[in-house]
Amino acid sequence: MITEMIPTQISKFEVKEQPLLSIRDLHVWYELRRFGFGHAGYVKAVDGVNFDLASGETVAVVGESGCGKSSLMKTILGLNVPTSGEVIFDERNLSKLTGDELRAYRFDIGYVQQDPYGALPPFMTVERILEEPLIISGVRNKKERLERIHKALGEVKMHPVEDFLQKFPHMLSGGQQQRIVIARAMIRGPKLIVADEPVSMLDASVRVEILKLMRALQEAHGLSVIYITHDLSTVKYFSARIFVMYAGNLIEKAATRRLLENPLHPYTLALLAATSDPDARNAETFKEVPPGEPPSLVNPPRGCRFHPRCAKAIAGLCDEKEPPDFTPEPGHSVACWLYEDKK
Amino acid sequence: MKQNLLKVRDLVLHFRTEHGDVQAVDGVDFDLDHHKAVVVLGESGCGKTSLSKAILRLLPRNVKRYSGQVHLQGTDVMTLNDEEYRKNVRWVSMSLVPQAAMNALNPVLRVGDQVAEPAMIHLGVSRNEALAQARRMFQHVGVPDDFLERYPFELSGGMRQRVALAMALVTTPALIVLDEPTSALDLLTQANIMNVLKRIKHELGTSFILITHDIATSSELADEVAIMYAGQIVEVGEAKDFFPAPLHPYSQMLMASVPRLRSETDPMFITGQPPSLIALPKGCRFAARCPFRMEKCSEEPPVVTQGNRKVKCWLHAQ
Ligand SMILES: Nc1ncnc2c1ncn2[C@@H]1O[C@H](COP(=O)(O)OP(=O)(O)OP(=O)(O)O)[C@@H](O)[C@H]1O
Ligand SMILES: Nc1ncnc2c1ncn2[C@@H]1O[C@H](COP(=O)(O)OP(=O)(O)OP(=O)(O)O)[C@@H](O)[C@H]1O
Ligand code: SF4
Ligand code: SF4
Ligand SMILES: [Mg+2]
Ligand SMILES: [Mg+2]
Repeated sequence: MITEMIPTQISKFEVKEQPLLSIRDLHVWYELRRFGFGHAGYVKAVDGVNFDLASGETVAVVGESGCGKSSLMKTILGLNVPTSGEVIFDERNLSKLTGDELRAYRFDIGYVQQDPYGALPPFMTVERILEEPLIISGVRNKKERLERIHKALGEVKMHPVEDFLQKFPHMLSGGQQQRIVIARAMIRGPKLIVADEPVSMLDASVRVEILKLMRALQEAHGLSVIYITHDLSTVKYFSARIFVMYAGNLIEKAATRRLLENPLHPYTLALLAATSDPDARNAETFKEVPPGEPPSLVNPPRGCRFHPRCAKAIAGLCDEKEPPDFTPEPGHSVACWLYEDKK
Repeated sequence: MKQNLLKVRDLVLHFRTEHGDVQAVDGVDFDLDHHKAVVVLGESGCGKTSLSKAILRLLPRNVKRYSGQVHLQGTDVMTLNDEEYRKNVRWVSMSLVPQAAMNALNPVLRVGDQVAEPAMIHLGVSRNEALAQARRMFQHVGVPDDFLERYPFELSGGMRQRVALAMALVTTPALIVLDEPTSALDLLTQANIMNVLKRIKHELGTSFILITHDIATSSELADEVAIMYAGQIVEVGEAKDFFPAPLHPYSQMLMASVPRLRSETDPMFITGQPPSLIALPKGCRFAARCPFRMEKCSEEPPVVTQGNRKVKCWLHAQ
């Protein structure tokens, strides 16, 4: 097995009575094959991720394109097979599930994809789109299925419901399509929703509407939600906790408020500094941006993966040893050597 | 009298379709000075890309109507024939970085040659001179020299976007139109590109029309702001006046919908949808979604001037 044992510390905040979801030392590596050479290394998309999510808890995973956000989520959804590590959801260990158990597992997690335009089958009506998951999960009674479809459409505020049942996706606006995607994710009564960039394809005015809708559903049903985004400015309206991801690792984990007030990891600081609020004074100054680009996940830098771009890197340490999670304050962990003595 | 770099008056671009005419640009007016940037903000489908095409005369085949005035450095370029326009205007005086430009580079040509090409074609300089100019522009946009030899697939998205920008700069036009230059890029890359644009504005004195739906990022470059709704500009003014206190109800609601990192106010959203550009309502196009709607709003609202600002709304007409 291609595991690399990384010392981990689980913060007190994370140790809840019974987390709904528990991720332990998770690695998702994709094998690279090159014609004529066979094996050519691994894309280490998720490389040693740990966290717990309590029932009813919301968390945002923030990071740049290609850092492994979708790979992490697809693994939690049972769509990717982990290379190593554990996914324990609702007292079920994902790697031990087979056949029907795995199907049942997938029904308990709702998935809101990155792109609403690609997520909905173009030749199905709204009714068919919502009916299918019910048929697959064995709801035989047509009347019951219709009732649940009506309820789900009502919940995502598609009123009057009858007007939408026979429509095809292209007849709906982007915001309405995303509501259908959310209704589909909700229809089997999941305990956890994974929303992968649910609003990044939508217009500013619609984004807020969809985020508010998701928050209302989360509160009404006590759902756990993992919200994946690259937009830090939306996180505080939606998630109680925030995880910052860089090159396959969660490098900082904290309550959202705390992370915004007291960001610790140099990469988190860079993300925050790069996030603009609309303000005419922005045009007068230049932004501080770390040099370079995120590393290759095939051959990530030794030591801290951020070290080639980090102004605070400690020579001989950061470029040699991978930093473990330190916990400088309760509930706030950071994988950075700067906080070694502050744990 | 001070001469504007650009003066657009009553610009119209309508498309013919089987469902009716799409009034994508419908009577747009605005001015732009030398060494300034105006950002055109609006929701998807309001006509931003069509406006950039209308300004640069890059027209599709199904044009139903194309009219108005585009005064560039004192000449109404709309009166020029296509030949004159190609020779003296596009690339030479103004160039375009189209939406998704970074994905439109030719995959089989070295990026240096691609950047040099407009200088050879439009300025008639030698290949060596054009490559030297391309090299200078690579420096301005922050792409290492040796990247001239590379192919697009060897560059990251952010680097390809810089190359697209270098290509628009290589003919040293006075004005560059940027259509969503950062929306497909990551946060840190976005911040980098905005830094590059600011630097070019200072170093080369280039003016910009920045077309985007990303309101927060647009403020990084904006001297002026124009708000576009359903094919029209409904408000225009200086950024320092606009951002703290937008005037038009749509501008106000649009600004209120922007989530902010450094503020606690809860963002709002605008209910309803913009009207179809094929079947536009009479009177104010925002009326169906406007909380301040009055009886008068069913008539075409006037453009009201308030100091340096202009707003197209009955509320301000007194
Ligand atoms: N099936 C796959 N096979 C090989 N490599 C993959 C596969 N899926 C993803 N990758 C690679 O793994 C890395 C992480 O991808 P992932 O989609 O998880 O990133 P992401 O954070 O979701 O990015 P984005 O914000 O662009 O959606 C990328 O380098 C990607 O190219
Ligand atoms: N060649 C064309 N023929 C017919 N309709 C067109 C054509 N080009 C654009 N349109 C329509 O004109 C309207 C404005 O489109 P445009 O691309 O200018 O919007 P936009 O503001 O740039 O949107 P986005 O933010 O999504 O890029 C849309 O309804 C579009 O479908
Ligand atoms: S561990 Fe070192 S290189 Fe990495 S972020 Fe911290 S200071 Fe920078
Ligand atoms: S003209 Fe009337 S409807 Fe239109 S924005 Fe002004 S107040 Fe609202
Ligand atoms: Mg993704
Ligand atoms: Mg466009």
